Amino acid sequence: MADFDFAFLIEVLVGGLLSGVMYSLVAIGFVLIYKTSGVLNFAQGAQLLFAALTFVSLVERGLPFPLALLVTFVVMVLLGLAIERTVLRPLVNQPPITLFMATLGLSYVIEGVAQLLWGTQVHALELGIPDEPIDFHGVLISQFDLFAAGTAAVLVGLLSAFFRYTHVGLAFRAVADDTFAAITVGLRLPRIWATVWATAGVIALAAGLLWGARLGVQFSLSLVVLKALPVLVLGGFDSILGAIVGGLLIGACEKLAEVYLGPYVGGGIESWFAYVLALGFLLVKPGGLYGQKLVERA
Amino acid sequence: MSTLACKTLAHSAPQAAPLAANVPQARRNWRQYTGTALVLLAAYGLVPAFASPYWLDAILIPFLALALAGVGLNLLTGYAGQLSLGTAAFMAVGAFAAYNFNLRVSGLPLLGSFVLGGLSATVVGLAFGLPSLRLRGFYLAVSTLAAQFFVQWALTKFSWFTNNNASGVIDAPPLVVLGVSLDNPTGRYLLALTIVVLITALVARLVRTQTGHNFIAVRDNELAARVIGVSVLRTKLLAFAISSFIAGIAGVLWAFVYLRTVEPAGFNLDRSFQILFIIIIGGLATIRGAFFGAALIVVFPLLLSRLGALLFGSWFDSGVLDMSQRVVLGVLIISFLIVEPEGLAALWQRLLKKLSWRPHSVA
Amino acid sequence: MLRMDAIDLSFGGVHALSDVSLSIAAGEIRAVIGPNGAGKSSLVNIITGLYKPDRGSVWHGAQQFAQVPTPRLARLGVARTFQNLALFKGLSARDNVAMGLVDATRSLWVEQLAGWGRARRERHEALQRSDAIIEFLGLSAISSRLVGTLPYGLQKRVELARALVARPRLLLLDEPMAGMTATEKLEMSGFVRAARDTYGTTILLIEHDIGVVLGLSDRVAVLDYGRKIADGTPAEIQRDPAVIDAYLGVAHEEEEGAR
Repeated sequence: MADFDFAFLIEVLVGGLLSGVMYSLVAIGFVLIYKTSGVLNFAQGAQLLFAALTFVSLVERGLPFPLALLVTFVVMVLLGLAIERTVLRPLVNQPPITLFMATLGLSYVIEGVAQLLWGTQVHALELGIPDEPIDFHGVLISQFDLFAAGTAAVLVGLLSAFFRYTHVGLAFRAVADDTFAAITVGLRLPRIWATVWATAGVIALAAGLLWGARLGVQFSLSLVVLKALPVLVLGGFDSILGAIVGGLLIGACEKLAEVYLGPYVGGGIESWFAYVLALGFLLVKPGGLYGQKLVERA
Repeated sequence: MSTLACKTLAHSAPQAAPLAANVPQARRNWRQYTGTALVLLAAYGLVPAFASPYWLDAILIPFLALALAGVGLNLLTGYAGQLSLGTAAFMAVGAFAAYNFNLRVSGLPLLGSFVLGGLSATVVGLAFGLPSLRLRGFYLAVSTLAAQFFVQWALTKFSWFTNNNASGVIDAPPLVVLGVSLDNPTGRYLLALTIVVLITALVARLVRTQTGHNFIAVRDNELAARVIGVSVLRTKLLAFAISSFIAGIAGVLWAFVYLRTVEPAGFNLDRSFQILFIIIIGGLATIRGAFFGAALIVVFPLLLSRLGALLFGSWFDSGVLDMSQRVVLGVLIISFLIVEPEGLAALWQRLLKKLSWRPHSVA
Repeated sequence: MLRMDAIDLSFGGVHALSDVSLSIAAGEIRAVIGPNGAGKSSLVNIITGLYKPDRGSVWHGAQQFAQVPTPRLARLGVARTFQNLALFKGLSARDNVAMGLVDATRSLWVEQLAGWGRARRERHEALQRSDAIIEFLGLSAISSRLVGTLPYGLQKRVELARALVARPRLLLLDEPMAGMTATEKLEMSGFVRAARDTYGTTILLIEHDIGVVLGLSDRVAVLDYGRKIADGTPAEIQRDPAVIDAYLGVAHEEEEGAR
């Protein structure tokens, strides 16, 4: 064991954790919507792709970075509002499985429209971060990953604070806890839901930019969302803290597995490891680490 | 208390008159029997006589395979209310298992490898499904996604599955049943048709039995089902097992009868979604829904590409076609879920009612 | 028939039930009343094993349970209806009622698929018994309709039929009159009494409409904020000052309003 490359282990671990923060960011978008309306928004990935594509295409057409960002921001908010209005509101009394399938259809629409509008080629997304790794006591850390994780962490922190300390955040939580009671105390549901979806759109924008810069803006970006599902299983579908911890866990374990277990089975296990990990978790702790134990009112 | 009553009333208000398609009657009326008989007659008699090989090979056979997959998924998702996103994985398992059994077990009849393919799919399905079937919510969706990604990876990684073939793509075995070679378009069509008709008939019967009703009960109110004595876990497992079996057989059909090659690529996540879309558009919890949906899904890209070329000329290339397909499909799904959750099957019923010359009975 | 000893149940900081004991004698119609939030539904959920009490135990007949095993309820001869209507919307009224007999089904799915022998007999018998109960409750006209298309009052009756078809020894009715008009309530009371008289079913009735309860039950227990504050015959309850304080004063106005 003397020449076990600890530095490499740390490197892989850190890389995984940084990845994990980015997963958490996507997962929080899910949690936000699930907590307040019980809908598992499969279209989150498509929104991510749409945001990234719109931004990158605007920049390529000559718009300066801040303006492109602003325009995309507005577009995503409008998209979120439009989704809530046209798809979610008509389906409001339907069982969760129906709503999920609707978001599935929605993801197809958004992906298709995004690519019809902006084309199907791959775009590089430059956020201005140099790609050289930092050498920290012999451990190589990607500057970009660090920046992305940092940004994501800041956003996650802001969102958590938002939920906890602002009026709107409080309203979101009230609706999530007991929709009926929330109506009773005068919270306007449609308005809240519209805000929720608009916020989710903004989260998609942030995540889309970060992931797009990392992987390149291409169709497979919308599949990033799929990795958020194991995160939700681990962390609980309705917990922000769970999304954070779950994301970190998934990110780290996935990377470690790929590097240390992968070679034994030919590599490529990143495509499924997170899911199987989540499956195993289901056997042990079904509610997730922080998911609320729902009391069934029969 | 009255608001609760209002909520319940809202739930119980009918969107349409009770549809025969949704009530699994113990005995179907004579009209439905004649209808089915006519369809079967046309399928066995008229189609082979008049359809061109192109129609048989490129349209009808994939239609049958996808419809069968839809029937299987509908049993699980439509009737038992458990969402699966991994149907294509089970189709893949069926196809590859059938291929390997056929290859390595000498003297195994073709239909035997079909059945073994289906059973293998069941085993894999249960392995992934068991942890989450105990739970409610979206966990089965995550499990089946796990199966989807894992199966695709395993089939590509381990060349044993493809008999160490260099290109990773293998040919399906010759189609010989009871000494008769079916390796021509009509033969293949009849083979697929018979298998699909048989399995569909069994499923149609199943949903009318107590077991089938148990599926519906678990879907509609799992808690009440548990309280009256339905073993919920066993019911879900059974639905999942049967559904995976059918998906496996559909996979074998897809590979052996339609494509005549066996490769993992065609059994990706998009395929899983496609099957789900088939039953959503066709009509959840109906048997005929899978067929309506599959017909739409098979014919639709062809129509769209013709239409697109007509309207937009050369701009409408394959990339645009792909994306337009996605958009239209997505819009169809959302529209159906909002406007007619019972899908094409319900629209069909309404059409029949309008066309029938019997006076409407007062409900 | 049923006994609950010193039941405690809390959710987080909320004490749903505190030191509640209850007994039900065979063949009686027992009511548990109390304002909303008094813990009535929690009680039923404990009896049917959906909740586990923090302290205390439940006796079904001679068997004692810390938590009643829900899957064995039918075997124990216990059936219930639900406050929020728990019918299977995808099935007809008749099929819903037949579901009540699912616990007696012994045949496997393959047998049912084939449709011979045991499966056939079971199905035939189930449908016969369902039809009998359907007729008993006056539901024959709508028995082949999808339950989702029926009016609320009839749906409640179908649920009652489903609970009765298995000839349970103990029938738990969780707010069976909720949302009903005065006429419907009278009808339902009639059916409840008929069920006891004809089939000898012991009945535990959870209600908060006093008028219905006093006329229908043999004994009444009153809950308030998770505690039992009174237990006795309807006449005794009516005169009990604690009950009047906590509850009847309000209910009296309700009754007036209902007429």
